[in-house]
Amino acid sequence: MAEPVLELRDMSKAFGALKATDGVSLDLKPGEIHALIGPNGAGKTTLIHQIAGSIRPDAGTIFFLGQDIGHLGVAGRVRLGLGRTFQISSIAPEFSALRNVMLAVQSQQGTSYRFWKPVLSDNSLVDPAMAMLERAGLAERARVPAAELSHGDKRRLEIAIALALEPKAFLLDEPMAGMDPEGSKGLTRFLDELRAEAPILLVEHDMDAVFALADRVSVLVYGRMIASGTVSEIRADANVRRAYLGDES
Amino acid sequence: MNRETLTSAALVLLLLGIPLAAMATGHNFYVTLASRMAILALAAVGLNIALGLGGLVSFGHAAFFGIGGYAAGVLAWHAMMLQPFPLGLPGTKLMPVIWLVAMLAAGIVAAFIGAISIRTSGVYFIMITLAFAQMIYYFAISFPSYGGEDGLSISLRNAFPGVNTLDPFTFFLICYLLLLAGLFLFFRLRDSRFGAALQAARQNETRLAAVGVSPFGIRLAAFVISAMVTALAGALYADLNRFVAPSMLSWHMSGELIVLIILGGTGRLAGPVAGAIVFVLFEHWLGGITERWQLYLGLVLLGVVLFARGGVVGLLAGKARHG
Amino acid sequence: MQTALLIEQLLNGLQFGVMLFLMAAGLTLVFGVMGLINLAHGSLYMVGAFACAAVAAATGSFWLGLIASLAAAAAAGAIVEMTVIRRLYERDHLDQVLATFALILIFSEGMRWLFGSFPLYLNIPSLLSGSVPLPGGSQYPLYRLAIIGVGVAVAVFLWLLISRTRLGMRIRAGEADREMIGALGVDIRSLYTIIFALGAALAGLAGALVGALQSVQVGMGEPVLILAFVVIVIGGIGSIKGALIGAVLVGVVDTMGRFLLPRAMELVLDASRANTVGAAIASMLIYVLMALILAVRPRGLFVANA
Repeated sequence: MAEPVLELRDMSKAFGALKATDGVSLDLKPGEIHALIGPNGAGKTTLIHQIAGSIRPDAGTIFFLGQDIGHLGVAGRVRLGLGRTFQISSIAPEFSALRNVMLAVQSQQGTSYRFWKPVLSDNSLVDPAMAMLERAGLAERARVPAAELSHGDKRRLEIAIALALEPKAFLLDEPMAGMDPEGSKGLTRFLDELRAEAPILLVEHDMDAVFALADRVSVLVYGRMIASGTVSEIRADANVRRAYLGDES
Repeated sequence: MNRETLTSAALVLLLLGIPLAAMATGHNFYVTLASRMAILALAAVGLNIALGLGGLVSFGHAAFFGIGGYAAGVLAWHAMMLQPFPLGLPGTKLMPVIWLVAMLAAGIVAAFIGAISIRTSGVYFIMITLAFAQMIYYFAISFPSYGGEDGLSISLRNAFPGVNTLDPFTFFLICYLLLLAGLFLFFRLRDSRFGAALQAARQNETRLAAVGVSPFGIRLAAFVISAMVTALAGALYADLNRFVAPSMLSWHMSGELIVLIILGGTGRLAGPVAGAIVFVLFEHWLGGITERWQLYLGLVLLGVVLFARGGVVGLLAGKARHG
Repeated sequence: MQTALLIEQLLNGLQFGVMLFLMAAGLTLVFGVMGLINLAHGSLYMVGAFACAAVAAATGSFWLGLIASLAAAAAAGAIVEMTVIRRLYERDHLDQVLATFALILIFSEGMRWLFGSFPLYLNIPSLLSGSVPLPGGSQYPLYRLAIIGVGVAVAVFLWLLISRTRLGMRIRAGEADREMIGALGVDIRSLYTIIFALGAALAGLAGALVGALQSVQVGMGEPVLILAFVVIVIGGIGSIKGALIGAVLVGVVDTMGRFLLPRAMELVLDASRANTVGAAIASMLIYVLMALILAVRPRGLFVANA
């Protein structure tokens, strides 16, 4: 069995009396999509923050590419190859879509401390950024200020930025949120191919997408992992049906 | 040429035109006024790097302006008194050396102030930069060796090799050329990779970190560069007045630098130039008509903040475009 | 003799701290509830001092002057809130800084217009003009002790107001969640005006009290304002408790630093150099204190609504 790319062991975080995550362990193996599901308030967002480095866990360790990354901040983890998208689109609103992606490209190249050369005429930034926008289906909107993009296009821009980082693993926080059915289908196809490039930890509410894509599914309820397994195992799991899917089936 | 470039060029040429017109019509006093405009504009160009591009609302840039001024005053004083510094280092009346010292000193102080303040944000940042500037202000007042509260005179304006700095127009040209250099630096910085990261830090800090660039380092670098440019202006200001005093370090000065930027247009290339021209003319004309010109300045300022955001450049060139 | 001097300096520091607290309480309340940074708070301090001095000169009564200072500062605060400040709540801090900076210019010139450029003087009321013996044999002015008493009373008053009254409940709700108090049906506009006027009245009170110790003049509010900023940054912006502790800390450290540092320097330097070097360092001491505290706790000692 292949070594996991990302591995969490016993991650815990409490806010006062509320245990947002409680001894959560999970891993992400090369080539797979591992979906993380759970009702609202289950602690998915807290877990994502802990993985990304924006919340310090109270306890637990986190390994990425075999290395303990607990001491690294957000930017440090991204530089190692942990690329993420946000649940609510997080972009530089005044910059065009293209410049948003170019920012990721310059970071990937490690060249943010170059003070003199103009970026807009710099093909070593523009070309790769355009390529990513094309992959995400956003090439025609490249020069539009990000704030003026439609909701779906902002979601695509998030993906293009993550792609530009050439990450070793993707952390996608509800990429389908607010997309129309057509957009969701397109994105599902896109993610299906993306897993060959780097494994994906996918937090998602869209169950059609989850069941279509996931190699494995883990279920988080009240901060605890109540089940983890293949799609069919999760569908059959009595605990999951009771705690989570009950209202749907 | 787009509207923004056109506006910038027009404003920069206007500033050059003021002393030329003044000399042609025999109003030589306006040459000095134009030097004042160029110097304040340069100081504001420095602040505009931190504030306009990086969103760092520094309310303590007078510290760097004053450090530049004191660099000029103190170096000249030691040269005049033939009194070397510790380690036998002599003073100097040479502008290029003074400028270098001014920028280095401000850069070091800014690195220290920035390292503490940039860990905070929002209103904390505003108040902490203000407090640090006050600290330097009170130090200048209570440290008697360089004039304390009374300040320090520069009995003869410092020299630049090959030209006569005592001639008002020559001195204006020195200030004007340095302003052009400052504007060019701002322009290149803004459009560079560093500038992209800096502007991203202002627009969305989380996004910048999520592409793997730590906002702290970017902001700190911008803060230091910004302080150095403002310090250069401070050194010129001391030479313009042939005098440095703690008032250069006061929080009113910090406020005025912010006012220049807002009047001109925050984050815009030529914003500080427009702001400085308007501010100095306003001060001069209103100051001539009424003692209470600050009252009217306050009212105008209030009007600009409440109703006319975007400043002069926003009015002339429309909204900023980021490509 | 040395102990008596030490106690006297400690009391001076405490009195200074209490005065800073009166300033800082309003600043921190306005920031905590409305999210506004108000540079013109020092102008309200000045308004209070001028009102007290003018009314005391006209009527001969310090106490009427004190009432006038509260009324004038509260009224000035309410008017400014309704005409200008109200438009700034939704703006960014840069706009707030600039607009309130403009207010300072307007207030300062306005006061100069009304009262001229010469300082006014305010006498300590005869009731409080005596002094009190201190252990060690020296005397301490009763008036300064009274200021400390006023500060303690205001601290208790604010604590009762915020923890025990309807207004206080709304203030706490406003600090926790601005939209919630709207949902509760509270008239936010008048709540904000009341809070702003309350902070203004406290600043005016501070100005009036200090006016009898120093001269009353234009610009007197600005150094105090900046120290009040230091206080609330140290204490944690939005926290009244932090403002109280920060104010006493700043007051005592500043006063004791000015007293002790030159003496401490004499151990290593000759007397005149020790004096100048000691004084120069003492003038920076509270800023060093602030830097140290922020290096450890970037959001101050007591973080409000964490």
